[in-house]
Amino acid sequence: MSEQPLFKVTIDNITIEVPAGTTILQAARKIGGEVAPPAMCYYSKLQGSGGKCRTCLVEVSKGSEKDPRPMPKLVASCRTTVMDGMEVKNITSPKVQDARAGVVEFLLLNHPLDCPICDQAGECHLQDLSYEHGKEGTRFEFQKRTFHKVDLGDKIQLHMTRCILCYRCVFTADQLTKEREHGVLDRGDHAQIATFIQKNLQNDFIGNVIDVCPVGALTDKTFRFKNRVWFTKPVDAHRNCSNPDCCGEVQLWMRGDEVFRVTARKDEWGEIKEASNGKTGWICNECRFEKKDVKDWVIEGPTKVNRHSVISQGHYVGVTKPNETFSAVMKGRDPKLLMDIHSVSEVNKPNIELSLLDRPAHSTDFNQS
Amino acid sequence: MGVKLLLEKAHVENIRLYDVYRREGGYRSVEKALKTMSPDAIVEEVKKSGLRGRGGAGFPAGMKWSFIAKPEGVPRHLVCNADESEPGTFKDRYLMEFIPHLLIEGLIVSSYALGSNDTYIYIRGEYAWIVDILEQAITEAKNNGWLGKNILGSGFDCNIHVQRGAGAYICGEETALIESLEGKRGNPRIKPPFPAVKGVWDRPTVVNNVETLSAVVPIINMGGEEYAKIGVGRSTGTKLISACGNINKPGVYEIDMTISVEEFIYSDEYCGGIANGKRLKACIPGGSSVPILPANLLLKTAKGETRYMNYESLSDGGFATGSMMGSGGFIVLDEDQCVVKNTYTLARFYRHESCGQCSPCREGTGWMEKILHNIECGKGKMTDIDLLWDIQRKIEGNTICPLGDAAAWPVAAAIRHFRDEFEWHVLHPEEAQKRNYGLAHYADPIHVPV
Ligand SMILES: Cc1cc2nc3c(=O)[nH]c(=O)nc-3n(C[C@H](O)[C@H](O)[C@H](O)COP(=O)(O)O)c2cc1C
Ligand code: SF4
Ligand code: SF4
Ligand code: FES
Repeated sequence: MSEQPLFKVTIDNITIEVPAGTTILQAARKIGGEVAPPAMCYYSKLQGSGGKCRTCLVEVSKGSEKDPRPMPKLVASCRTTVMDGMEVKNITSPKVQDARAGVVEFLLLNHPLDCPICDQAGECHLQDLSYEHGKEGTRFEFQKRTFHKVDLGDKIQLHMTRCILCYRCVFTADQLTKEREHGVLDRGDHAQIATFIQKNLQNDFIGNVIDVCPVGALTDKTFRFKNRVWFTKPVDAHRNCSNPDCCGEVQLWMRGDEVFRVTARKDEWGEIKEASNGKTGWICNECRFEKKDVKDWVIEGPTKVNRHSVISQGHYVGVTKPNETFSAVMKGRDPKLLMDIHSVSEVNKPNIELSLLDRPAHSTDFNQS
Repeated sequence: MGVKLLLEKAHVENIRLYDVYRREGGYRSVEKALKTMSPDAIVEEVKKSGLRGRGGAGFPAGMKWSFIAKPEGVPRHLVCNADESEPGTFKDRYLMEFIPHLLIEGLIVSSYALGSNDTYIYIRGEYAWIVDILEQAITEAKNNGWLGKNILGSGFDCNIHVQRGAGAYICGEETALIESLEGKRGNPRIKPPFPAVKGVWDRPTVVNNVETLSAVVPIINMGGEEYAKIGVGRSTGTKLISACGNINKPGVYEIDMTISVEEFIYSDEYCGGIANGKRLKACIPGGSSVPILPANLLLKTAKGETRYMNYESLSDGGFATGSMMGSGGFIVLDEDQCVVKNTYTLARFYRHESCGQCSPCREGTGWMEKILHNIECGKGKMTDIDLLWDIQRKIEGNTICPLGDAAAWPVAAAIRHFRDEFEWHVLHPEEAQKRNYGLAHYADPIHVPV
């Protein structure tokens, strides 16, 4: 086997070595953290994806060791491969920050920002992007573009108003299903994702478009409005799926013993994870939509969720309860009372011992006496 | 009279017919090329001629040809870009309509040079009647042995296919054209790979404009060096200019690129001056995508030198005080024209024609149109002008294909040179609905936000 040559690339002053053919984005993801540019349209498991949203633009300040000239324009890091000796600026480039702020503004221009009623909230890449790079106000003083909601079959709903035209679902439909029934109609800011015309999507794997959609434009009708994702608890599980192309490894989104939703497993970049049996982690519609009983699944354990995610609230992974006793922590000193609340406030009547209540205190508790 | 190489015979009666075209010396270049020259020698000749692409970007044609990859056993293709949809540009239409055999002749020679056995003409859907003209010319050429198998006993096979577009401007962009030719949605591809390596059906492909490929005929007939003597500097040969707007004689003119802009507008040989005795206000010299120039910067460069109708001179001063040759769509505006309205019209066009793949172009073009519409109909604010500037700045250079830039440049140039007119629209919304700003101050140096 011939060795892949390794290229040295420096991104935001951090140098790493990656195999030839790696994109700048993948190299930056290897470094991780802030250095990895945000990516809204690129999806490593979908051939031909990327290059469209322009959030991943970076500045190439040195082309390569051989040809050190900088690239004249910002480039889409998801579609530009590294060269040996390349130097890239992402967060260290004011030009990139400026262009990215522009792109975020453009992406939000016609977006309804209806997060409070959107099922994707909490796991939406656009929400994260605007939180990190967006501005508080908008300079857009016109009516936003809207579309009617469309059902693509009885399991998937398309709400084009929220779509950012990343084309991920088009690539998914193209590459995972036998007949492509899913594409883009019209062009420019009036372009829309459509199945010509409002056709049912009946392919076994079409459900995966829900997972690749970075926003709430494609949602699971078996889950819509049932729960907020951060109230559910993600659990890794698997089953022996009879569909040869389905990896059978999923995440169950549970509350108590109830399975609210089944999705593919995602990695830290929000992309589908490779399954342990080597298959790409796509799952079939049966696993996704039909198997909503815990008994259908072999539970592996809680999913590791990044602690910055809203989904991890209430169930942090890797947090340990201290074993030491209180006095051990205090190293023998007694706790010192700084101020007795009862001496300064009339609200808390000293005769009410709040710690004795087996529920949250209520105003009526204070009226009793 | 300037030299004419392309349209010299265009008005010979019945030149559309093969017999007449042949009698007038047509297809000589095919004989010369296929019988006496190797494909590489033709590429060399085109390189020597200094011919630059006539489709807009002005990239040297010979150089482009020499980049085409030649992997063993993979067919190569030549594609003729006849999508001509840029507002203000109608030169290819004229050429194809009046002297179609010239294009066919150029295509045969170019196909031979590039080794393309199947050559395509991708023609704008609205040019429906020209498709018939081209098809007829192709049939005649085939019947007379200029197309088909083993042309002139050279062993070279070539067929030309005409493919109609469906009316999208974006399909003029070469990679979108390729997608469309393959039967897909006309979205520009992300480069690299470039068409010279992976074009139509992933095969090496060269895309050239109608006029570029037609110019190969005189180059072969007279030799590249002779061709290069016409014109000036890196603007060699002749160029077709489609002139329109407020001029006395709109139409398609073939110029050698030594004449001044002033001569082109005012001489009777060309535009014949501004119509109705009005005065010149501004001009978009190279098709709707290039920056608009006020009269003073159009006729003279910022250094006070005469501006000429060629690639270098028109772009002298960069975008701050210059423009571009572009595709040769020369749009003249007289003192009665409103720059705000004109800019709005262009913005509307680009908004409608954006393919919608990349967010800056998709969203930015729509936003600019809406703001310009507000200013135009008296609802604009002073901050809108700076906002427009900021939007165009964030589109330019950040998109997949140059349509984003093409949408940004006209807005940028209009604000750069005519900011006072925009401000007047904002400050006098009612008056602006009734009368035009006219010529006042259009020549003053104007503050530009950076
Ligand atoms: C949005 C857009 C539209 C274009 N439309 C045309 C066109 O209608 N005709 C054309 O010849 N070139 C057009 N071009 C330029 C082509 O991409 C390409 O550069 C040209 O066909 C190359 O031919 P040339 O080297 O002979 O000029 C367009 C480019 C862009 C970005
Ligand atoms: S529906 Fe979702 S996945 Fe499809 S293009 Fe729109 S945002 Fe992307
Ligand atoms: S710049 Fe505009 S036309 Fe070109 S690819 Fe992007 S969206 Fe499409
Ligand atoms: S992720 Fe690179 S352009 Fe969208």
